[in-house]
Amino acid sequence: MSENQEKREPIIQCEDVHKWYGNFHALRGVSMQVYKREVIVIFGPSGSGKSTFIRTLNRLEEHQRGRIIVDGIELSHDVRNIEAIRSEVGMVFQQFNLFPHLTVMQNIMLAPVWVRKWNKDKAEQIAMELLERVGIPEQAHKYPGQLSGGQQQRVAIARALAMQPKIMLFDEPTSALDPEMIKEVLDVMIELAKSGMTMLVVTHEMGFARAVADRMFFFDQGQIVESGAPEEIFKNPKEDRTKLFLSQILSH
Amino acid sequence: MTRRAIASTENVLPPPIERYTLLGWVYKNLFNTWYNALLTFLAVGIIYAIGKPAITWSLEQARWDVVLVNMRLLMVGQYPVGQIWRIWLCLHLLAAVGGLSWGVWIRGYRLWSILFLAAVLGLAWSSSMDGSAARGHLIALDVIALAGFGLGRLGGKRLQRTVINLWIVYFPLVILIVRGMTSAEGAVPVVPSNLWGGLLLTFLLTVVGILFSFPLGVLLALGRRSPLPIIRWVSIGYIELIRGVPLVTILFMAQIMLPLFLPADMTVDRVLRAMVGIILFTAAYQAENIRGGLQAIPHGQYEAAHAMGLSGVQTTMLIILPQALRNVIPVLVGQFIALYKDTSLVAIVGLLDLLGIAKSIVSQPQFIGLQREAYLFVTAIYWLFSYFMAYLSQRLEVALGVGER
Repeated sequence: MSENQEKREPIIQCEDVHKWYGNFHALRGVSMQVYKREVIVIFGPSGSGKSTFIRTLNRLEEHQRGRIIVDGIELSHDVRNIEAIRSEVGMVFQQFNLFPHLTVMQNIMLAPVWVRKWNKDKAEQIAMELLERVGIPEQAHKYPGQLSGGQQQRVAIARALAMQPKIMLFDEPTSALDPEMIKEVLDVMIELAKSGMTMLVVTHEMGFARAVADRMFFFDQGQIVESGAPEEIFKNPKEDRTKLFLSQILSH
Repeated sequence: MTRRAIASTENVLPPPIERYTLLGWVYKNLFNTWYNALLTFLAVGIIYAIGKPAITWSLEQARWDVVLVNMRLLMVGQYPVGQIWRIWLCLHLLAAVGGLSWGVWIRGYRLWSILFLAAVLGLAWSSSMDGSAARGHLIALDVIALAGFGLGRLGGKRLQRTVINLWIVYFPLVILIVRGMTSAEGAVPVVPSNLWGGLLLTFLLTVVGILFSFPLGVLLALGRRSPLPIIRWVSIGYIELIRGVPLVTILFMAQIMLPLFLPADMTVDRVLRAMVGIILFTAAYQAENIRGGLQAIPHGQYEAAHAMGLSGVQTTMLIILPQALRNVIPVLVGQFIALYKDTSLVAIVGLLDLLGIAKSIVSQPQFIGLQREAYLFVTAIYWLFSYFMAYLSQRLEVALGVGER
């Protein structure tokens, strides 16, 4: 870890985070610090807790032990704290989760109008700029069901960005996409990473990790097994489990 | 991209067009195989066997005067003759708002609207209206509806909000006009509800039932899914209690039991009691219908809404309910049609709704034995408005189904 990272204030601080589903111990003491403008890639086998972990950061999942501090606010049962954090943290889901009864524009404008209380003209202008940025301004007045998967995911990214969040969470954003559409989504994410957005990305797209990740975390069985810069992880992983997993996903 | 598009247009062909003459269509669909031909003959035979006597009876033997003489009773019950202009006023207002809605929302003229206006006009011209004030009113209805239509067309989309507001104001206004608000000397004296009857009463029970049972049903459905145990238990208890009891029982309870629990000097209007019974009954069923719609919404919709910072109430109102309600329009309207027909049960507790009036007029000495005519007329009216509701529901589904592809 470089010196200037240690000097900076972490924007996300997790200490010894635990989470159970019934008797199943899904997160077993995860600690992580994320600094502003960092791009973090989280990977690992399915069921390793990586999705659960990033979902605890905006409290879609509740952690049962440990502390999570996001942008200076500790996640607790206080509803106002949760809503404050959620409006600063954008999230993109594997299944897009666009609102099918609203047009693309309405999807993007919804939170700015109702949560940020911006007037419609301002929200509309920003929504249109974001659609330009993700490359589909011509789809503005269509409904999600009329778009391809890649286009839907780009709308979902624009929707999350419309709140002008400080942090973006991506939960396997390309896993539900056909191969030819993965690139168009990754291109948008790479552009976003280069613009200085703080990002946590759960993904198996190792090309993306190599291109823009500052640090990578390998999760297995609810724990961080190994972390480091992409070149270290790819060239000489220290743990056997990391080696095995990388050989499995990079073999073809 | 462009090159591929150009290349592919060369092979793009229009779909084959199937075109038949009338005879060709008949042959292809009705007589293409020997058993299909047999079925066709059989069906035509049955239709003839039933249809011919029905038509000869209704045109030659039936004595429709039982209906014509008692038309006022069937329509408004014992509502004072001198005050019937108020009912007409309500209808004229309805024609105005309905005409406006037609002009604002519906593209084209639509055959059924023309037919409907023509039917009203035909009714006005028929000999049964000779010397009756109804003729003028019926013609006025058509004129007002057409004027509203023209205005709606001119105003277009700008009037949408206004028309919605007019509908919201319309129903309370109707209750006010029908009930009246001044003493006997005033312009609109109070007409006690025991004089309301016939189709008027049926409509009032239906409209009030729909308007109040729907929001109550939504609240109960949300309550049953609430994480707060008290609210959930109360909702479940209410829904299951009401669903376990027949409507007739609830109406009896409202008429007979309710006064026992109230202070002796306090009386609740009988029509109001029936209305409350119908509302409470329908709300329980609507709650379950709406809950079905809520369950069909994927969890990801809640997560996406929460993740962007929407509050629980905002998520419900903006994301979940609009989708859930759209999914269950057919069942919701089905329940409302059932409510409309179930209002006929109030005859059991002594209110003279459309069916109650029909029952009482066939016992008039000069019309003994004319049940068929009276009940057939009532049946036709029930069917007409039930079908109208079903038709509106279809239109609504089409209008709201835009993004669902």
